[in-house]
Amino acid sequence: MIVGTLTVQRKENTLMAKRDGGQVSGIAPDDSGHNEASSELLRELVAHLRQNRTQLREEWVGRISETRLLTAMTKEEIFAEATSVYDSYVEALETETFEALQAYARNLSERIIPRGVETHEVVGIVLLLRDVLARSLFAKYQTDFKKLNRILDAYEPAANRIANTVAVGFVQERERVIRQQQEAIRELSTPVLQVRERLLILPIIGVIDPQRARQLTEQLLRGIRTNRAKVVVIDITGVAAMDVTVANHLVQTVEASRLLGATVIVTGLSPEIAQTLVTIGVDLGKMNTVGDLQGGIEQAERLLGYKVATLAEPT
Amino acid sequence: MEVPILKQGEVLIATFQAALSDADLNQLRSGLVRQVVKFRSRGVIVDVTAMDVMDSFASRTLREIAQMIRLRGAETVIVGIQPEVAFAMVQLGLTLEGVVTALDLEEGLNYLNKKFKTVN
Repeated sequence: MIVGTLTVQRKENTLMAKRDGGQVSGIAPDDSGHNEASSELLRELVAHLRQNRTQLREEWVGRISETRLLTAMTKEEIFAEATSVYDSYVEALETETFEALQAYARNLSERIIPRGVETHEVVGIVLLLRDVLARSLFAKYQTDFKKLNRILDAYEPAANRIANTVAVGFVQERERVIRQQQEAIRELSTPVLQVRERLLILPIIGVIDPQRARQLTEQLLRGIRTNRAKVVVIDITGVAAMDVTVANHLVQTVEASRLLGATVIVTGLSPEIAQTLVTIGVDLGKMNTVGDLQGGIEQAERLLGYKVATLAEPT
Repeated sequence: MEVPILKQGEVLIATFQAALSDADLNQLRSGLVRQVVKFRSRGVIVDVTAMDVMDSFASRTLREIAQMIRLRGAETVIVGIQPEVAFAMVQLGLTLEGVVTALDLEEGLNYLNKKFKTVN
């Protein structure tokens, strides 16, 4: 498997070398003592990269702005990040351990994701660095192709792994942020509010998918229990459309609430939803519906025996 | 395991324990129906707080109890259905139609007392 990858990479390198003006013609892979030599070569490589740090970094930053990556960041920021990335990169090459780089990638992602940096940009800059370094290797060893080939054999797998590590780190961080936000939206989207003793309202806004519908029901039933509610007003003024599944779910919620001893009043059905419900033939016999939220609350108050009276003229 | 039936004023109270067999349910049903007239009770409360599973037999028995008690001249309230159980029941179509339900024992007693007052 590894041999296969190396071969492919060698071909690629050959092409790149040709493009760079070298005259490569079928260099036989020299695998004898490859492993011992590999770390030796990596050391040489790292020394080279350390030596030319300033110049290579400059070149890399230049390429980044040339290709219009990381446009969300200022030039100084790019330079500062580039320096740390470069150093971590070289360190990962040297030690062949990727934990530190992984941690750095996650940390970097945490900082730049909120600023709208995209996945392709992060992958792009790492690949650019890989390219810049590879080119400098070509320049350094253009007289000794055998050595160049071996250096690249050592460099490419490590570089690939670095690129992989950074990209995966970024994507993982992004997914973590997305999960967190989904969680937050889910929490926020189903408030069960008590407006009077034993009266709850559940305003639903936005699209209801089956998952959210289930969550709504769970939260409502739990709310009925903890608040000892007798009447619940579900307001769906903010719901634009409803399909069969969700409509049936609503009916089930009403019935389940009744089993807990609470009466449900549904308010704010839009003309479109009313039409849909009638067309798809949802059994609405058990649903208690009132035109708007105000009417719903008034009816709930009547059911609970409240009487609202104006004590004075409003000022 | 037999379900104890307690008398509290004009109300009979039966509390379900978890995991009742079908035979226990049948026994409870006949016990309630017999005692409701024996004690001249006007209401029956069946408390199912401890039940975390409600199968179709249990829910049918509850409905039968309610209907039979009505024929014997009293009213039944089922109390303490857990939220998860309630939702599972409606999904299975076990909606206990025509049976009065309340949140817990206290609510059930309130309901019956109010009912008794309006009748007098």
